[in-house]
Amino acid sequence: MTIISKLALAASLVTALTSVSIAQENLKGLTIGFSQIGSESGWRAAETSVTKQQAEERGIDLKFADAQQKQENQIKAIRGFIAQGVDAIVVAPVVATGWDDVLTEAKEAEIPVLLLDRGVDAPEDLYLTSVASDQVLEGRTAGDWLVKEVGDADCKIVELQGTVGSTPAINRKQGFEEAIAGHANLTIARSQTGDFTRAKGKEVMEGFIKAENGGADICAVYAHNDDMAVGAIQAIKDAGLKPGTDIKVVSIDGVPDIFAAMVAGEANATVELTPTWPVPPSTRSRHFSPMAPNPQSSSSPSPSSTRLPTIPRANTTPARA
Amino acid sequence: MADTHYVLEARGIMKIFGNHVALDNIDFGLKAGEVHALLGENGAGKSTLIKILTGAYQPDGGGIYVDGAQVSLDNPLHAQTFGIGTVYQEVNLLPNRSVAENLFLGHQPLRFGFVNFRKMEADARVILKNYDLNIDPSSELGSHSVAVQQIVAIARAVQLSGKVLILDEPTASLDRNEVERLFEVVLGLKARGLAIIFITHFLDQVFAISDRVTVLRNGKLIETRALDALSRTDVVRLMLGKDIAFSGATDVEPSEAPNEVLLEFKGYGRKRSVLPFDLTIHKGEVVGVAGLLGSGRTEVARIMFGADPADQGTVRVNGQPTAIRKATDAIKHGFGFCPEDRKAEGILGDLSVRENIVIALQGKLGWFKALNRDEQMEIAGRFGESMDIRAASLDMPVKLLSGGNQQKVILSRWLATDPAFLILDEPTRGIDVGAHAEIVRTINRLRDEGMAMLVISSELDEVVAYSSRIVVMRDREMVAELRGKNINPGVIVQAIANNPDEAVA
Amino acid sequence: MKRLHLERLANPQLLALAAVLLINWILFPNFFRITWQDGRLFGSAIDVLNRGAPVAILAIGMTGVIATKGVDLSVGAIMAVCGAVAATMVVAGYPTPIAVIAALGVGVVCGLWNGFLVAVLDIQPIIATLVLMVAGRGIAQLITEGYIVTFNDPTLIFIGTGSLLGFPMAAVIALVLMILVTLVVKRTAIGLFIQAIGVNRSAASLAGINSRMLLMLVYGLSGFCAAIAGILVAADIRGADANNSGLWLELDAILAVVIGGTSLLGGKFSIPLAVVGAIIIQAMNTGILVSGFRPEFNLIVKAGMIILILMLQSPLVGSAIGFFRRDDKRVVSK
Repeated sequence: MTIISKLALAASLVTALTSVSIAQENLKGLTIGFSQIGSESGWRAAETSVTKQQAEERGIDLKFADAQQKQENQIKAIRGFIAQGVDAIVVAPVVATGWDDVLTEAKEAEIPVLLLDRGVDAPEDLYLTSVASDQVLEGRTAGDWLVKEVGDADCKIVELQGTVGSTPAINRKQGFEEAIAGHANLTIARSQTGDFTRAKGKEVMEGFIKAENGGADICAVYAHNDDMAVGAIQAIKDAGLKPGTDIKVVSIDGVPDIFAAMVAGEANATVELTPTWPVPPSTRSRHFSPMAPNPQSSSSPSPSSTRLPTIPRANTTPARA
Repeated sequence: MADTHYVLEARGIMKIFGNHVALDNIDFGLKAGEVHALLGENGAGKSTLIKILTGAYQPDGGGIYVDGAQVSLDNPLHAQTFGIGTVYQEVNLLPNRSVAENLFLGHQPLRFGFVNFRKMEADARVILKNYDLNIDPSSELGSHSVAVQQIVAIARAVQLSGKVLILDEPTASLDRNEVERLFEVVLGLKARGLAIIFITHFLDQVFAISDRVTVLRNGKLIETRALDALSRTDVVRLMLGKDIAFSGATDVEPSEAPNEVLLEFKGYGRKRSVLPFDLTIHKGEVVGVAGLLGSGRTEVARIMFGADPADQGTVRVNGQPTAIRKATDAIKHGFGFCPEDRKAEGILGDLSVRENIVIALQGKLGWFKALNRDEQMEIAGRFGESMDIRAASLDMPVKLLSGGNQQKVILSRWLATDPAFLILDEPTRGIDVGAHAEIVRTINRLRDEGMAMLVISSELDEVVAYSSRIVVMRDREMVAELRGKNINPGVIVQAIANNPDEAVA
Repeated sequence: MKRLHLERLANPQLLALAAVLLINWILFPNFFRITWQDGRLFGSAIDVLNRGAPVAILAIGMTGVIATKGVDLSVGAIMAVCGAVAATMVVAGYPTPIAVIAALGVGVVCGLWNGFLVAVLDIQPIIATLVLMVAGRGIAQLITEGYIVTFNDPTLIFIGTGSLLGFPMAAVIALVLMILVTLVVKRTAIGLFIQAIGVNRSAASLAGINSRMLLMLVYGLSGFCAAIAGILVAADIRGADANNSGLWLELDAILAVVIGGTSLLGGKFSIPLAVVGAIIIQAMNTGILVSGFRPEFNLIVKAGMIILILMLQSPLVGSAIGFFRRDDKRVVSK
């Protein structure tokens, strides 16, 4: 099974490593410590397994530490990596604060540290770079697509938020709202949390449909991830409406199930989280032709760059036969 | 108005719960330097009166006077400030803290805001010395015997209040020596001028240390009198409002041709519990078990019933060898067991009287042959009547019944299974006189109907009254079997003490 | 005796349910509007039944466990495991009935494992079931290899999203299970024995009740119920989500049982009222969804409502209001 996003992220890790002026062939034989958050989601588990696989392919000796969602475990792991004298450390930080001490230790040991997926509140000179996606941009991309799609028509949107208080939920909401701001014909009628899960996405969408005149008033649903969108699609079908037609569906991630739904005409767009440049051809989506390299990202970031944006790109429904 | 000076006095106390008058115009006076026994059947109003005297309840009428001045006691802590302290049957101290900490809990001597342990332990040592307790104040309270804990509780109460001491059944879980020890302490406090209220079910103990006695019945004051003018029979008559008589020694002289053998235990025992014993029990026979607390009496009952399975020896039921590994095995053979600790192992407190009565029979019938409600009512009603269980309704939770009625419920539970052999461990402990008599009557009746029974009791008069035979336990060993003329308290005491020269006949 | 029916209607659970529904109706007047659509009933009230079914099913099993003075924290994880088993098996091409039976069997085995720890090894239930609560989700992730295993098996999907006489299958299954289990418990002596063990296990054992067998039974039943709930939830979204299926639902189930009036200290219990408790919880959830509150308030609103319901049930408030628990007065006067 190919999940684009997981591969993309693993690839982004490798990109980050290659980008810090270490030539790819020189990676062979290096030892890299990887402190992973844990396996709180399938996405995370996939990231771990693909990272291991990529390290093996490249001849990297990967020291893996699962923190089980605890920062103290991560700090312990990083200190362990320093003690072992690894060549580089990759951390997917579970929280944003409290990293100064351990990062300073790594700096003093002259071991480069890379942040993965999430940022930290620490002076930028304590780590080499941060590889994360720009979630506000993701939300904005989804919003832009919808603005273009509906044109001048009035559109009542319902929003399926991620887990309340989580960074992706806050940022994706913000980006989407920025995109539709200034388009008075687009309004967010209801917004509730679907906890990033299919089941909750479906349940909340059911509620929205009941609350909005059996769904007749809803023009589009914006979901902060594809899983919730998949749940929402089922709810729309159960209500006797046609997802993709009666209610437009736009979401973020780019998982295979949403592409399947798009092929079936039940979803309209997803924001695919795929940094395009280093992805080996074999990991590209089977449904879609390889995407054109994004001009923004075609040049490798300089080692001093602390933010390596993952470039979202709206995928739209291919013409139905 | 009495001209006597009362330390603590209650005048015209009324207490009403709902439409039930729990205390009706009670007068009660307590003098310094006396031990005043408060007697009454369960439900007579003793505990209600005590709760009012300690501030746990507020009276609905009448007043409380301390040294002649009317006071209002908001709660037990407030009562303490007037010098009134209480010690309950179950020691309610902290067993996992030290003796010294328990003595001073809430009043620890402080230094710089911290507990001054050295001073606390030194003070504790002085106090303990007053009670002839030679124990380490820094030792854990729970590591001591119940009697020592009880004395520590008294010491604490006296320390905190120091004028009136209320002892609510303090001896219920003590053995004979421990009771005597406790009495020495009580008499010492009396000599120091404390006024002591003493509540107990044991008449012996009342006569042993009390000066005066107040008897309550059905919420009414019956009598307050000096004890030296009263006989035991008088006191019982006051409590019950009628005469009850225990038959003296059993009149059922074991016939020379006993009934058929029901049970044969051979070399039956359990390591670190009971040494192997041989015992044959016939139908229609009551085997009494005598012995001090801790002599292995209860353990014998438990291994017979399979509650703690035997690890050596054999048992035959009706001549057939069998194995009793757990309670259900025993029940299959028609055994029943009323355990000593009624609350922890006997009653199902939150369940109804009805469910408590049918539970063993239902257990025997299994999961799928359920008795329906009507059948349960019929069974419970039948035993409720024949055992004279006093409950407002068969559907009320059994925990609300008095101890005596709870015991009758448990007895009924086993009688409902139509048992061949009944084990009763202290069936009359801690229950009121009326229920006591009822249970003794029932034991006699069941024996006459041909049931075999094993009855454990520390009341020698009682064991003598119903037993066809008595086995005596000492140090986890069955040391004697007494028959015929030997069934009398003197011989039993002698057997327990293992002192053949000093016959107490 | 005649009064019994009136008292039943006035019990705190049904009053609380009525209150929650009333609030929903005030916040969202169309709450009770039910239409007929595509051969099924359609409306928020139906959603409550459908969405409440998994927790109601868990609560049926949980009631028995709690009545024995135990608790089963593992039901959420068992849901994930059983959903994963059913999904991977249909995807692997096994016939649906086999997959469903296998999933149910796995649930029962998980439950019996809990029962073994509690009844035979005498481990405290909260610790014993914690083992599977933690390990179960890991096992589910192993089965699904970390992905959401999606399927298109029509039978399984029907179980999750189909309808019978217009009612959602999940609700129908919950109702049937409730009736069956209640009947079994009432018509046999099992209910009495469960209470006896919960009230005083050592006294019950001495009275000849095989408490080990019975504990195995209640934990096994709890596992079985969790398996059904797990299959329903997976069938509903056409995929087994090992990470999220049943997440925290053990707490909702315990809450439902407590709202249903069964004490965590064991003893008297009611399965139908626990189901009512589950419906109350779901009515609140659905009410929040349709009312348009901001999601930041979800948990606060829910907690507030729960405090209110539990207060209504407390004997103190009860006797103060004096319209239920008439027995209490008799208790005091004794």
